[in-house]
Amino acid sequence: MNWISNYVRPRINSIFSRREVPENLWTKCDDCGTMLFHRELTENLNVCTNCQHHMPITPRARFEGLFDGGIFVEVDVPEPLADPLQFRDQKKYVDRIKDARRNTAEKEAMLVVEGEIGRTPVVAAGQDFSFMAGSMGMYVGNAIIAAAERAVELRRPLILFSAAGGARMQEGILSLMQMPRTTVAVEMLKEANLPYIVVLTHPTTGGVTASYAMLGDVQIAEPGALICFAGPRVIEQTIREKLPEGFQRAEYLLDHGMLDRVTPRGEMRDELITIVRMLMKLDPAVSGDLPSPADDVAEAAEDAPDDANV
Amino acid sequence: MTNYLEFEKPLAEIEGKAEELRAMARANEEMDVEKEAAALDKKAADMLASLYGDLTPWRKCQVARHPQRPHCRDYINALFTEYTPLAGDRNFADDHAVMGGLGRLGDRPVVVIGHEKGNDTKSRIERNFGMARPEGYRKAIRLMDLADRFGLPVITLVDTPGAYPGKGAEERGQSEAIASSTAKCLQLGVPLVSVIIGEGGSGGAVAFATANKVAMLEHSIYSVISPEGCASILWKDAEKMREAAEALRLTAQDLFELGVCDQIIREPLGGAHRAAEDTIASVGTALQTMLADMDGMDANALRADRRSKYLELGSRGLAA
Ligand SMILES: [Zn+2]
Repeated sequence: MNWISNYVRPRINSIFSRREVPENLWTKCDDCGTMLFHRELTENLNVCTNCQHHMPITPRARFEGLFDGGIFVEVDVPEPLADPLQFRDQKKYVDRIKDARRNTAEKEAMLVVEGEIGRTPVVAAGQDFSFMAGSMGMYVGNAIIAAAERAVELRRPLILFSAAGGARMQEGILSLMQMPRTTVAVEMLKEANLPYIVVLTHPTTGGVTASYAMLGDVQIAEPGALICFAGPRVIEQTIREKLPEGFQRAEYLLDHGMLDRVTPRGEMRDELITIVRMLMKLDPAVSGDLPSPADDVAEAAEDAPDDANV
Repeated sequence: MTNYLEFEKPLAEIEGKAEELRAMARANEEMDVEKEAAALDKKAADMLASLYGDLTPWRKCQVARHPQRPHCRDYINALFTEYTPLAGDRNFADDHAVMGGLGRLGDRPVVVIGHEKGNDTKSRIERNFGMARPEGYRKAIRLMDLADRFGLPVITLVDTPGAYPGKGAEERGQSEAIASSTAKCLQLGVPLVSVIIGEGGSGGAVAFATANKVAMLEHSIYSVISPEGCASILWKDAEKMREAAEALRLTAQDLFELGVCDQIIREPLGGAHRAAEDTIASVGTALQTMLADMDGMDANALRADRRSKYLELGSRGLAA
């Protein structure tokens, strides 16, 4: 950890996270069942402090931890046609969108931002599994194109965090067309010689994996993430046999040569900074070896979260 | 023997009766059935016209999957001279679900690539029902590279239920293979034209059909998911495939409206399977025209054309 993350980040995060949930809220780990303090879990980026199980995290929460001082600026995404097919199954698509907006307080399943990580300017895009399973529709396509265009304009790397059940069926063929559309976005980055780093998070499946999420210059995954084209259930139905333990998990893909790295969420920030700075031919990030501010100042900052004026 | 679809049952009865009458007349020279048989023929023709004049999306799915519909192999044999199959991905295997090689369309040497479903039990198994594995997409990438280096146009014939959902396919990187094939389509400095001849199943189709021009046969379909798959996920009932087929807007006519399909190629009355030769000839003409339209475009113009086509998609929707 460098001094920026040790010193500046907690302080600024504390400014931004005063809307925190009550202290006494508990969350149960999906994996080991340990009861975890909500605040403790949030500070650990939704990774279980007992078993290291990586629980879902929204792009907004992730970016608060990722960007220097938790500061980032949203990049505008062009609004697509709403409900182009007038789709309805058991429920109208427009109503499903409304519900998702109410439940997540987000506009859509992809958040595009710009800012600095370890003083390295980047553009980042985060897919939000809590918004209709992160599904790739026209908005997500537009978001990735906007992210690539912004990266090219500013000559910055693009870091994309994927999480999706696949394409958004309610947009029919137009969701499928996001596969070529987002591939055009990746091509723009490659042509401009800008790094495109993909961080695959749990789960990344279907048309998303089979397009922009597999085309990174560097492919990193979070531990335990399910990453596949066809889901395990579909495969089991097709081949009529049980799949081995860990099949299609990040570690399995790493073994099969499909990924560069599997990196725990807590180490992701430093790793991204390191990789991006080398690809951009920048000097190494400011490290902990440099003179750091007096410890007592850092402590004071932690103890006095109300003091926003630092 | 004609293979009738479920909705063609009444037609099968009439055509069967006419055939029966004629068979009886052949056995007994005294009998004159021609008048009666001709009346049945007329009735059958009227019924065929009315059935096919207004196919529901689900019926179109059935026609698109008709076992006697002309397949990739039929098109290649009929339309291309000097067809020379080229095999293998140089890495793992040759995927028989994907055909491809050099051939001449008229005077023009081209690279042709397509999904082949097979037409009997043995060939269907050998072709894996047209469901490609990573090596199929990687073979396609290799052939597209070849075309690019030697300045040959690429023609893709799409007919697949989707990419194969198997263990080995996943282990060998199905996602990466599809993504890279789509990227290769976009990178080509030569014309790429695609015809959906039957089923355009999801990502497995996109990997071949990210083209300058996409034509669809009149009763072909192109969809993000099969109606059965969509029904089981969104309706929680695979039997609701009619509703799903309706909602997905997967017909050539809807996709033309949306700008995904650039051209609809008419099928003979009663579908491609009733007159394969005519269908194949129409596809040949469409391919010639699409390629001729791109004559004179340089590599950058072709890439830019493909890119803007996909970036602009989605700017028009459909009415309810
Ligand atoms: Zn745990």
